[in-house]
Amino acid sequence: MNTQRQTLNKQLAQMLKGGVIMDVMTPEQAQIAEKAGACAVMALERIPADIRAAGGVSRMSDPKMVKEIQQSVSIPVMAKCRIGHMAEAQILEAIQIDYIDESEVLSPADNVYHIDKTEFEVPFVCGAKNLSEALRRISEGATMIRTKGEPGTGDVVQAVSHMREMQRQMKRIASMSKDELFNEAKELQVPYELLLYVNEHASLPVVNFAAGGVATPADAALMMQLGAEGVFVGSGIFKSGNPEKRAAAIVKAVTNYNDPKILAEISEDLGEAMVGINEDEIKILMAERGK
Amino acid sequence: MTIGVLALQGAFIEHIQMLEKLGVKTQEIRKTEDFSAQLDGLILPGGESTTIGKLLHDTSLFLPIKECIDAGMPVFGTCAGMILVAKEIADDSTSHFQAMDIQVKRNAYGRQLGSFGCNATFADEHVIEMPFIRAPYISSHGKAVKILSVVDGNIVAAQENNMLVTAFHPELTDDTTVHEHFISIINKNS
Repeated sequence: MNTQRQTLNKQLAQMLKGGVIMDVMTPEQAQIAEKAGACAVMALERIPADIRAAGGVSRMSDPKMVKEIQQSVSIPVMAKCRIGHMAEAQILEAIQIDYIDESEVLSPADNVYHIDKTEFEVPFVCGAKNLSEALRRISEGATMIRTKGEPGTGDVVQAVSHMREMQRQMKRIASMSKDELFNEAKELQVPYELLLYVNEHASLPVVNFAAGGVATPADAALMMQLGAEGVFVGSGIFKSGNPEKRAAAIVKAVTNYNDPKILAEISEDLGEAMVGINEDEIKILMAERGK
Repeated sequence: MTIGVLALQGAFIEHIQMLEKLGVKTQEIRKTEDFSAQLDGLILPGGESTTIGKLLHDTSLFLPIKECIDAGMPVFGTCAGMILVAKEIADDSTSHFQAMDIQVKRNAYGRQLGSFGCNATFADEHVIEMPFIRAPYISSHGKAVKILSVVDGNIVAAQENNMLVTAFHPELTDDTTVHEHFISIINKNS
């Protein structure tokens, strides 16, 4: 990938800022999401909550299903491939996906290596639970980062701790003197140049969203207040009682995350939220995949 | 001079940073209380036009902003912002402020693989960097519309009275030419 392509891919993520990216399984759901104000959709066959329930191996979605969703909406369409599965990523690139999520939600295809994302023209977003993971994914070519959280749980606690950890580490790096950075790069196992960027800007060189467990407008606002630049909502919308209303409310919450009065209004009468499961009740911690 | 920047979704911080660099005061607009007819100008940023269009109505900002644009408040729309001010959107029955006599084609270059960057002439004088991100272009326009940039035969920047639009994102570059052009529109207006 040339640097101009990389820049354009980072810039698409900049356009998504302040927005909500929603998991959808059908063209109908994609249209509901678009109408509710989603800035992009993530096309996948099973949302994380169902992946947990079904167990087994979870793979890239059928390209036909992804294409049907691409035809049904005008906003960007993203899709997931397994960690390390470059062939799945090549397939998604061939159908002109707008962003690939190399995602821990699917079963990893490689326990050691992530995809060399610099070899692709299409952009990649990757999950991270701390600064080291984020900078390693960026050095592999990711042009957008999201916290891993714990997908499919409806429990925001992991997304919060990952975002807090990233912000805390960035503040610490920003306060370091230049000569400390070389050793820190060694400790964190990340490239020095990327660490230097964090030192100078107190932020990642790419856009950073929150993901994994956001179920309510308040959850979305919380993640924005903690420093997220936008939010992914997976199971939280289409596992709830009134997806249209909840989706629109979460979109509004991300715009008005600092306005409790508006948050109170939009949190009213949303119907049942997804039931959710907590971290200690689940067998698989997806966040532990792909470090 | 204070310029309002619509901050509902998208790349509004980049516009604010650009204006700060030029020494202009800015006002983020997220709700009706943030907006006033006293603002000297308004920027509609890039982002997703469907998202911003919906939030304009949800936040009740649509009408007060439309009234001000119609009354001549200088407005500058980039990408999604250009779609918002257009009279018509090609192959789409929806439209937003319907203020500028242009028809725009959304996602005119296709999906993200069609996004590109180039250097081209703006307003007959400056060659500037132009990043196009899933960009639209102007597919037709009325007589009063002045064309400011053409790339590969497509109109990508234009002006009608106090309305300035670009299909590309000058706010993502270091070049302040287009923002200075907007400020000169505001200066002439006051």
